[in-house]
Amino acid sequence: MRFHGLSHHAATLCIVAALAAQPAAAKVISVSATTPDANEKLQEALILAQPGDTVQLGAGTWTLTDGLSLDVANVTLRGAGAGEGGSILDFAGQQGAGEGLLVTSDDVLLTEFAVLNTKGDGIKSKGADRIVYHKLRVEWTAGPKATNGAYGIYPVESTDVLIDSVYVRGASDAGIYVGQSKNIVVRDSVATENVAGIEIENSYDADVHDNVATKNTGGILVFDLPSLPMQGGHNVRVFENVVNDNSTPNFAPKGNIVASVPTGTGVLVMANRNVEIFDNVFDNNGTANVMIVGYRYEHKDPKYQPLPRAIVVRGNQHGKAGYAPKFPGGDQIAAAMGGSIPPILWDGAGDAIVLDKVGVLSLNLPDVKTPQGEAKPAPADLSKGTPPAALPAIKLPESMEAKVK
Amino acid sequence: MKRVFAALAAALLCASGGAAGSLPGVDQALVESDAMPPKLSAFGLFRGNDPKVPAAGIGYTLRAPLFSDYTDKHRFVSIPVGKKAKVAADGTIEFPMGTVLVKSFGWPDVNEGRPVETRLLIHRASGWVALPYIWDADGKDATLALGGRRVPVTFQSPDGATHSIRYAVPNKNQCKECHSLNGQIVPIGPKARNFILDLAASDKLRALYFANPEALKPVMPQWDDPKAGSVETRARAYLDVNCAHCHNPAGSASNSGLFLRWTDDPAGVNYGIGKRPTAAGRGSGGMEFAIAPGDPAHSFLIYRLESTEPGIAMPEVGRSTVHKEGAALLRQWIAEMPKASH
Repeated sequence: MRFHGLSHHAATLCIVAALAAQPAAAKVISVSATTPDANEKLQEALILAQPGDTVQLGAGTWTLTDGLSLDVANVTLRGAGAGEGGSILDFAGQQGAGEGLLVTSDDVLLTEFAVLNTKGDGIKSKGADRIVYHKLRVEWTAGPKATNGAYGIYPVESTDVLIDSVYVRGASDAGIYVGQSKNIVVRDSVATENVAGIEIENSYDADVHDNVATKNTGGILVFDLPSLPMQGGHNVRVFENVVNDNSTPNFAPKGNIVASVPTGTGVLVMANRNVEIFDNVFDNNGTANVMIVGYRYEHKDPKYQPLPRAIVVRGNQHGKAGYAPKFPGGDQIAAAMGGSIPPILWDGAGDAIVLDKVGVLSLNLPDVKTPQGEAKPAPADLSKGTPPAALPAIKLPESMEAKVK
Repeated sequence: MKRVFAALAAALLCASGGAAGSLPGVDQALVESDAMPPKLSAFGLFRGNDPKVPAAGIGYTLRAPLFSDYTDKHRFVSIPVGKKAKVAADGTIEFPMGTVLVKSFGWPDVNEGRPVETRLLIHRASGWVALPYIWDADGKDATLALGGRRVPVTFQSPDGATHSIRYAVPNKNQCKECHSLNGQIVPIGPKARNFILDLAASDKLRALYFANPEALKPVMPQWDDPKAGSVETRARAYLDVNCAHCHNPAGSASNSGLFLRWTDDPAGVNYGIGKRPTAAGRGSGGMEFAIAPGDPAHSFLIYRLESTEPGIAMPEVGRSTVHKEGAALLRQWIAEMPKASH
């Protein structure tokens, strides 16, 4: 592809390798935060990049007024770091677009920069297979506010997704949200002060491990919702995470499904099958460390499966939980049980196996159409059945793992 | 203006003697190359590079256009001589390679009526390519703006209100966000159900550009003409053009499960009726349903349409003002729905 106007940008776009060759040798396109029209110049760089290229973000604060987008395969967007002194993409003055950065191409690596205070979502990738999010920060710096954007890191409709070593704070829906995707790893990341810390929704085959989900409303959510192109979420492993102190009052705009998540939720599974929750460290989740429920809203989707099935809970460490249950009627149940409810809460729908040596409270509402007001809470023993065969670990393509080595 | 268009185009075609090859003025080799020339004039699409005078081609309008901040849009299509567009059985229009869809955007009271920008959608061997050009201050040529730009403008909308906005010329990727089907760029507006060839064009001229011009039967009503159709059909025409380019199963909003094509079942949950927000975030405005029948005030589809705030506003790109008239039509449509259906 020829581009005639290149000399025009020579001052700001430093092209470090021959441009003319086709296929071009991989090159680095450096863009400075302080250039006039930095927004336009960065967007141009993202458009003109060729497969294999790196767009290098200079250090400093980028004042951006419009969303950025990348639609070229196999491009790396790399900054000078996600913390102080790094590459900070500041969207506080954003005037358009539904997110700060949108990626719609395959084999993209995003690394070492921060995206702050976007009006909508932070970073979204759609139909972007083998995407790698690495060492990023997405943050709404004023902390939890209903006016913050919905999702921090938001891959959707993608196969092979790696989210590694990111920090997300303040999302009014989910900090890290993976939707309608397959073969997913979320690891070594921190989600704090979001409504949902990490959410895997309408997705297949995911490992969520070695993360810290703290001070959210709910720590880690595994959901399946009706009337979406991809549903029937299954095969999700949530393990070796620290899920504690998820005590932030729910600040999601009403109507969104996460607005129904009770404050003080550790891990919440809704209407999925084959979900394993093991070897996590739970503490200070006032409603429950683990909650397993059906989808209890009216829907008109005959293909939708609203029950949680084949959920396995084992080997977790349970600190304090259930001392402030924030679901309707929770206070009375806690009072009746001596001040707190057991750390594992099940609405009674579907089936689950709990091998942890802690109590389980069932609301005994096996039919999702029964109103929650008709709950008959009672301790339940879910340790008796035979667990399904353990799920295999998620294996991502080597090309993805190589990018974070 | 339209008459001039057609007459001029016809005259030029006669002058060229109908010889196969490039159209008079149009640099067809450049059109069909992979080049992204920095100046619009390089393509030779306009006579004397006057945006109101196409060098060749045929003008068209749409029954329902995509709202773009009250801009007037002047559209024409340049089809290489000897090739013809064809209306397919499903109503899509198949434009041959080398076609350029040219759309100029402006306001009567900005730049003395000259356009602010001209967008090209070019059918090349590699597929459709979208190129945005912004007219230079002297109005003599337009410059490629791959990265998009915000242009401050002040204009009056039809109701007499004055708007001062930073009009967003989309970048190349944003063009694709709307023009995307399964990740490939496609035209949005030109579908038989919506497409009106320049009424002044003779049958001969139509037949010059279209293999089956008789198949261009716009079934969608003129969205803003109450005599043209019921509120429901006009609302659906509006949604088809303003929303369904993303809100279809292969579009940019496929994951939302909200599908608003003219051909979608308007009673289904995927049309938004009783549909809960999926990834709307604060775009839900605290409401439970995209469309609450009989209750536009609690339908967040309306809330998003009437907002200009990023993160809430729909469509996500290409709009810095509220389309009052469009929103009013959709409000009326929802208000007239029987409440009992949910």
